[in-house]
Amino acid sequence: MTAVQPRPPVEDAIEVGTTATTVVKGHSRVPWRFLAGRATFYLFTLWAAITINFFLPRMMKGDAVDQYLSRNRNVSPEAADALRSLLGLDTDKSLLQQYVEYWGLLLRGDLGVSLLHGLRPVTEVIGQALPWTVGLVGFATIVSFAIGTIGGAIVGWRRGSRLDGLIPLTTFLGTIPYFWLGLLAIALFSVNLGWFPIGKAYGVGMTPEWSGEFIGQVIHHGALPAATIVLASLGGWMLGMRNMMLTVLDEDYVTVAQAKGMPTSRVLWRYAARNAVLPQIQSFALSIGFIVGGTIVMEMVFSYPGVGKLLLDATNAKDYALMQGVFLVITLSVLVANILADVAYAFLDPRTRQTEG
Amino acid sequence: MTTDLRPEQAPEVRSERTSGRETSLRGRLGSAFAMFRNRKSITGLTILGFFVLVAILADVLAPYSPTKVDNTARFQPPSAEHWLGTTHLGEDVLSQVIYGTRGIIVVGFLAAILATVIAIVVGVVAGYVRGWRSESLSALTNVFLVIPGLPLIIIVASMFDDPPLVVIAAVLGLTGWAWGARVLRAQTMSLRNRDFVQAARANGEPLRRIIGNEMLPNLMALIAASFVGTVTAAIIGLTTLSYIGVIPVNTYNWGTILNWASAQGAFRQNQWWWFMPPGLCIAAIGVALSLINFGIDEYVNPRLRSAGERARAMKKQGLDVNDPVTVVRTTTSHQENA
Repeated sequence: MTAVQPRPPVEDAIEVGTTATTVVKGHSRVPWRFLAGRATFYLFTLWAAITINFFLPRMMKGDAVDQYLSRNRNVSPEAADALRSLLGLDTDKSLLQQYVEYWGLLLRGDLGVSLLHGLRPVTEVIGQALPWTVGLVGFATIVSFAIGTIGGAIVGWRRGSRLDGLIPLTTFLGTIPYFWLGLLAIALFSVNLGWFPIGKAYGVGMTPEWSGEFIGQVIHHGALPAATIVLASLGGWMLGMRNMMLTVLDEDYVTVAQAKGMPTSRVLWRYAARNAVLPQIQSFALSIGFIVGGTIVMEMVFSYPGVGKLLLDATNAKDYALMQGVFLVITLSVLVANILADVAYAFLDPRTRQTEG
Repeated sequence: MTTDLRPEQAPEVRSERTSGRETSLRGRLGSAFAMFRNRKSITGLTILGFFVLVAILADVLAPYSPTKVDNTARFQPPSAEHWLGTTHLGEDVLSQVIYGTRGIIVVGFLAAILATVIAIVVGVVAGYVRGWRSESLSALTNVFLVIPGLPLIIIVASMFDDPPLVVIAAVLGLTGWAWGARVLRAQTMSLRNRDFVQAARANGEPLRRIIGNEMLPNLMALIAASFVGTVTAAIIGLTTLSYIGVIPVNTYNWGTILNWASAQGAFRQNQWWWFMPPGLCIAAIGVALSLINFGIDEYVNPRLRSAGERARAMKKQGLDVNDPVTVVRTTTSHQENA
């Protein structure tokens, strides 16, 4: 979500397990206790997410098969029963038994079949949608991060100048509901000006292939969604970087660097920005996780054939297997992003690795 | 304007004083609202107050009933009778926007109150106790932080056929408390070892008093910031869910108006009077809430404000804040104060 959340305070270093705790407790070079703690956390979260995932469809009203029957009238009652047992929805098994079977299937990589997509395996359906989401949103996230961070560094450096006005402006763009921004962009650029096609990832009648024409189509169709994502998420990056810059610029080493008569650009990028960017990098690693799940609305507005649209369609049709599969993929990507954020921090901030006081 | 080289007071210092000597109700209230006493917060609170008033006085302010169908006046652009035009059924858009404010305000605040209460309980307790209890509460927080919110809300909200607004608010609140709890835990952990808390503990004060009188005043700014952040998230969440159509479209809020406008092709037919006002209202309330949070941020971290003010003051004296000579000359006096 694009809402403006308070940035983690500096005390968060304790939470991430960086400086304070490890320095005091650990005496070995590798912070085993810390690593074990993180590993336990990730395994626990994984278990919790999968368990929630198991219970979700069983708490919902309405039955996937009933929905399927209402769409396809010529299915016999026997076939409906067969479908039920195929989807693991038999009512004669205990919940515990179902839970154990669910884990068994999951470990074999079997996410079931999708009713909505002609009983094709869920993994296949998701695998087809994933590249679209990751490609488009991943690209937009990187662009937004780069522009926001560099811009935030400059705004922070030129504090008190007119550039300060960029912060409220980009924050305003971030507080507009994304779907409205997207609809306005379509109304303006696609309907009135006709510069970009409306929705979809590529033109009607095209088949995905590695040809110049197809790639051109993909870029043409993806430009508007990507631009709106960048606009909507720029504010957070810029505000975060600017606030860190203001804190770092007061540090002694920046003053010393300037006193030595270093060129301004060197002080700005090598001394101030380099230190201010650390929390940004961590946020960036975390935002990778939201690439998969965070753009449901974009995919709906632009009818982009990605994972978010899959989840919406699956929820509306009560296609539980597909719904669970998508939710699992989204949760997994957030978990992986969290691990990446931990690793990135350990690499970039030497204080994290410094376990001997 | 004088050069701003005042000592940069950290909020803790002020609050320690209030919890010690200045215990009168007025003094306490004054310090509780200190974080809002700056231009940004006041502007934000004014805009927010305006919308709250509109929500309360909707019956008086709205010129028509939001559901009054008028087949003779469909798709009308703004006019003297209909200031913001009409919908595909001839309903008055202005009246719909005014009544729609209610749903937004009610859900936004209910969800934020619920989320903040959970965040305070879980965050402060996890920060104060030690050992496995702290670890398990922290793990719970992190699980909620990691599980993706919007997909979960969509799935849970679709479990109800006709979810009332209270249920929507509860779902938004239950999925939105984790960030606040995490920030509060970190701050409580650092407060726990401060002298004034240690002293209160050595005096044998009961836990309830230590947390209520010594710690909470020092956490107020963070609590307020996370409350405001959750209101924003809940409002965006509500309008998004309404637009997607997960929430029944017969209850009026700005999101459902946009859902109707989009379904009836208002965006393609340039019926701007239908889709601009609700979107601008959401943006206005979002800006108001972020202004409040900017103000609180600057109260918690005075550098954010003083850096700009100092630079501007120097400019007036003909100095460049990034010029090495200026930096070296002013740093000494600045650091004595800090």
